[in-house]
Amino acid sequence: MLTINTIISCKDFTLITPVPNPDREISKPFCCDLLSIAMGKACENACWVTVMANVNTLAVATLTDVSCIILAEGAQFDEATLQKAITEEIVVFTTPLPVFDAALKVHESAD
Amino acid sequence: MSDVLHLKYTVCDDDFTRAGEASSDVKKRLKQLAIPPEIIRKVSIALYEGEINMVIHANGGSIDVFITEEEIKLVLADKGPGIPDINKAMEAGYSTAPDNIRTLGFGAGMGLPNMKKNSDDMQIDTTINVGTTVTMIIRL
Repeated sequence: MLTINTIISCKDFTLITPVPNPDREISKPFCCDLLSIAMGKACENACWVTVMANVNTLAVATLTDVSCIILAEGAQFDEATLQKAITEEIVVFTTPLPVFDAALKVHESAD
Repeated sequence: MSDVLHLKYTVCDDDFTRAGEASSDVKKRLKQLAIPPEIIRKVSIALYEGEINMVIHANGGSIDVFITEEEIKLVLADKGPGIPDINKAMEAGYSTAPDNIRTLGFGAGMGLPNMKKNSDDMQIDTTINVGTTVTMIIRL
């Protein structure tokens, strides 16, 4: 079973937002940087791994109901986007890992 | 005839920071109305893609959402440049989005295909240099 807590306990990921529900389930990692494809394909409760760090990433995350976002390759939100993520209660992690390695780490973290 | 709930939104020109606000609000309203999650997802995707298209291509526009017991109708109207070749625009992967839009993660050429895929009926009325109205119906 994979949850937000699982990702929190993984040293490769840095949590940058509050976590309203640490026990929220993660269905699987999902990798995509093109927002229209993510919009159509990201499944509910997925852990979305992307380098696309802008405000539209948050809109797609909200509309697809993913469990969390992992910004890979050291990508960072600017301050305004981070504040919006916090307001919208979207859980966001960052990692220096490449997209595939980050997703693999999530996959391997499942009990 | 069943009651109609009408929601109306304005999509601002070239404002990517606000794109998605209408879709998010509609999603919240549909949740409050206890609409099934799979229907909410279809409406969210179809509407967000339309909203983004209006920001990228058409200097913004208006969105009208009509909710009845039978269906959800989305009407997206703009006064943009129109679509010269609808068949081409409907092809997955075809995009006329400029480079600055692509760097934001858009321009995959999946907007209209996603809208069609997630609606039960979609109609596009477009006139060059006058505007485009996209009407989508998602049945309940």
